[in-house]
Amino acid sequence: MNWATFPESVLIAFLVMGGMLVFASLASIALVKLKPDRDYQELRLRIKTWWWIAAVFALAVIFNKTVSVIIFGFISFLAFKEYLSLIPTRRADHRVLFWAYLAIPVQYYWVWLGWYGTFIIFIPVYLLLFLPMRMVLIGETQGFLRAVGTIHWGLMITVFSLSHMAYLLVLPETVNAAGGVVGLLIYLVFLTEINDVSQYIWGKTFGRRKIIPKVSPGKTFAGFIGGVLTTILLAALLAAYLTPLTLYEAVGAGALIGIAGFIGDVTISALKRDLGVKDSGSILPGHGGILDRLDSLTYTAPLFFHYVYYLHY
Amino acid sequence: MLRYLFYLLIVKPLVLVVLGINARGREHLPQHGPAILVANHNSHLDALALMSLFPQAMIGDVHPVAAADYFCKNRCLKWLAINVAGIIPIDRNSQASSRDVLAPIYQALDNHKILIFFPEGTRGEPENLGKMKNGIASIIAERSHVPVVPVFFYGLGKALPKGEVILVPFFIDAFIDQPIHWLGNRQEFMANLKRAMADLQAKAIRLKNDLED
Repeated sequence: MNWATFPESVLIAFLVMGGMLVFASLASIALVKLKPDRDYQELRLRIKTWWWIAAVFALAVIFNKTVSVIIFGFISFLAFKEYLSLIPTRRADHRVLFWAYLAIPVQYYWVWLGWYGTFIIFIPVYLLLFLPMRMVLIGETQGFLRAVGTIHWGLMITVFSLSHMAYLLVLPETVNAAGGVVGLLIYLVFLTEINDVSQYIWGKTFGRRKIIPKVSPGKTFAGFIGGVLTTILLAALLAAYLTPLTLYEAVGAGALIGIAGFIGDVTISALKRDLGVKDSGSILPGHGGILDRLDSLTYTAPLFFHYVYYLHY
Repeated sequence: MLRYLFYLLIVKPLVLVVLGINARGREHLPQHGPAILVANHNSHLDALALMSLFPQAMIGDVHPVAAADYFCKNRCLKWLAINVAGIIPIDRNSQASSRDVLAPIYQALDNHKILIFFPEGTRGEPENLGKMKNGIASIIAERSHVPVVPVFFYGLGKALPKGEVILVPFFIDAFIDQPIHWLGNRQEFMANLKRAMADLQAKAIRLKNDLED
């Protein structure tokens, strides 16, 4: 299958994303020049890494289904590895963790096949049953419940949830004439990331009352509401070009992505706070770990997928 | 050539992609030999991970020093260890004088090589520091111009613990400190080295916030 023949709207989407990055880079360079007394090192690093993220995302969608599935599988691998490197694991579970890793290529193989029924139950049901059994065979009962819970939650968040992004690429193309194969995925990822950024900017500009101080002291009501409204607006504007959604459905999708993105973000924040770390890792300079960037997507990917799947597929 | 390809095609992808190293203090790594790196020993991967921190062009000049009785058990393993992995075998049970036993090390240092040492001897419990042996001080006493760079690894004992054959991916952290120099006294040198290693370990644990119970 060759995806080289993208609809015009997708090509424009790529140009817009490139344009936004160029703008961000130029703006940050201007800031460095205009206010030499302040340190914009972190901001520059962050934007530079955004370029890399955009490049990997472009690579992940422009070739063909196999390349896409491999790249998204690798992203899940990095996220799961980062998660396991953060949490306390038992020495006895060495081989259980090996099996948990093996679930990644298998899950993405179901995606590649487009076998929806197995894709949707493999980790939630079969691995839920298999991993504790494998642990019992080893026989270490001390810390059993915590080990079962933490390993499976990690797989659900970093593999099952994120694999919904890749499954958007194998949905029947004919339903989405406007966006083609990659339209829905671009819509989801673009809106989720824009939601993150705009919640941050609204919060920085107008934020006063803290929305969830115990988990994430930086988050404010103004940031949340401003971000969700911005995302709804963009969702409504872009839907006709990238998705089969009607205007009203798009408003719903925007609200869903805005709210779910926030919840994904604070869920990973709660995890980090529990473990006493600031960032989940250091693979993305200026952002932190890969989970720091994918946090919102762990919620928006499955929720948006099922929203669209229910309405149109 | 075999070594070059082994590190390029197997070790580097394994250590940098399957595992992933987050190195702090990379600037302290020696740019050229002679030099000695000293690291904690939790896994067979330690030496390979350390080698991967060097640019591919330098791989030929970096050699792990390893126990002959373990790696030279049979011919096949010995050939692989010496020609492919590039270890310098040391006979730790030898009756010969320590000068003779250490001769290959002096020779390598004189040839401007960078050597990797694990002064704990055998692989210890994950992320713990075992008691360090004093052999390293004897070597530095003889070659006092050689800088000794302490390195502490965190996470490798989780990826491939002693006694396991299956590798499980984990991000690993490497902490590298500035070189320690010989000041004319063995006790003082070992004390400095031990303190540097203990500091790196404390740094690693502080950073990980003591996640392991």
